[in-house]
Amino acid sequence: MITGSIAAIGAGLAAIGAGLGIGKIGGSAMDGIARQPEAASKIQTAMLIAAAFVEAVALFAVVVALMGNG
Amino acid sequence: MDCSHVFEFKVKRLIVVFTLFLAFFSAAPVAFAQPDSAHVAETVHDDAPKKFDIGKFALHHIGDSHSWHVIGDTYIGLPVILYTNSGFAVFNSGDFHHDDEAKVVVEANGQRFVKLHEKIYYASATANEHGQFVDLDERHHAANAKPLDLSFTKNVCTLFLSVIIILAVFLKVAKSYRVRKGKSPKGLQSWMEPIILFVRDDIAKPNLGHKYERFMPYLLTVFFFIWFNNMLGLVPFLPGGANLTGNIAVTMVLAVATFCLTVFNGNKYYWKHIFMPDVPWWMYVVMVPVELFGIFTKPIALMIRLFANITAGHILVLSLICLVFVFNSLYIAPVSVAFAVFIGAIELLVAFIQAFIFTILSALFIGMAIEDHH
Repeated sequence: MITGSIAAIGAGLAAIGAGLGIGKIGGSAMDGIARQPEAASKIQTAMLIAAAFVEAVALFAVVVALMGNG
Repeated sequence: MDCSHVFEFKVKRLIVVFTLFLAFFSAAPVAFAQPDSAHVAETVHDDAPKKFDIGKFALHHIGDSHSWHVIGDTYIGLPVILYTNSGFAVFNSGDFHHDDEAKVVVEANGQRFVKLHEKIYYASATANEHGQFVDLDERHHAANAKPLDLSFTKNVCTLFLSVIIILAVFLKVAKSYRVRKGKSPKGLQSWMEPIILFVRDDIAKPNLGHKYERFMPYLLTVFFFIWFNNMLGLVPFLPGGANLTGNIAVTMVLAVATFCLTVFNGNKYYWKHIFMPDVPWWMYVVMVPVELFGIFTKPIALMIRLFANITAGHILVLSLICLVFVFNSLYIAPVSVAFAVFIGAIELLVAFIQAFIFTILSALFIGMAIEDHH
């Protein structure tokens, strides 16, 4: 018998979503830097901002999961 | 210039050092395991049914506290300031004797108080069956009334400490700019200058345009405040240890500052974009509420992003350390220490990135509000 909170599943789903999102951002940034190495610093900044947005959504989910757990 | 061979050599050396380090950690428990594991088994036997609750432990450690834990059973008592029905009551939190289960009653200003899970309640006249001076409801929450708690807690302490550190650093840097006018930077000054220039050139200028100078003081303050406090939060012992930027009240104040700057600096184009966007009039029913809502969601997202990132980082490190107690085995310690060190290193990066993200998004929102029509 598995016991535990369904909040854990929620946190896991959020991690999948954020993983897909950040993976896509990172991959595209790599593509961009490979095409134009001289624009690397600008691409990195934009990448970090985009990643922060994705990460924030995942962390909202984690916070909700924590609240649901407590 | 091709430096790859140097890099490769360094990587190899790092791998060797790290393997030796891990080997030392994994070998050590084998040598001393016998007495240790017996001791662990003995102590666990005393309260065997009590299972280690990782969530409760982590949440306790990231929360605010009325006293400052130094080491072992040593605590620093901080002042407790309560606004009660009959004026202020002030006493030392050490009077509770580290009790967090509402078992010790403190009398101050003619009233009786207990502390339950870092919240202070008016004490009940008599103790319940667990010896607690509170009335618990069916969900084990205290039903007693609470005074308004204005205590000088651990987080407040760290707030003042970080303010002192930031003031000391920046007054020193400012002084060296005055004294060494026209000369190359030196010491602390040459450490701070690139970071200040980074905030100016990579955060303020691209987002705020030619009017960036007005907002530089705010952006620099926010950046260094968040960064210093993130770093202080990563220090596990006394001067650090409080989870200040992982406290939603603190991040809310920062987000409200950005919100106020955005709203009060918004020009007519910004407000026109919200109340009269360039869409057919019948779209206003949808667009205006969405845009109005957007004014508030942006700072709220800022607030939750910083809070959740820092809190998640702390919980992660604590959970990894707790693996030792969850598995109840010393052999898991090298794994848990290695992972905690790894996550700790990532947290150093996150501390900077979150300060950067908060500042650049603040600059972006302000920039959107002050942008000229084009």
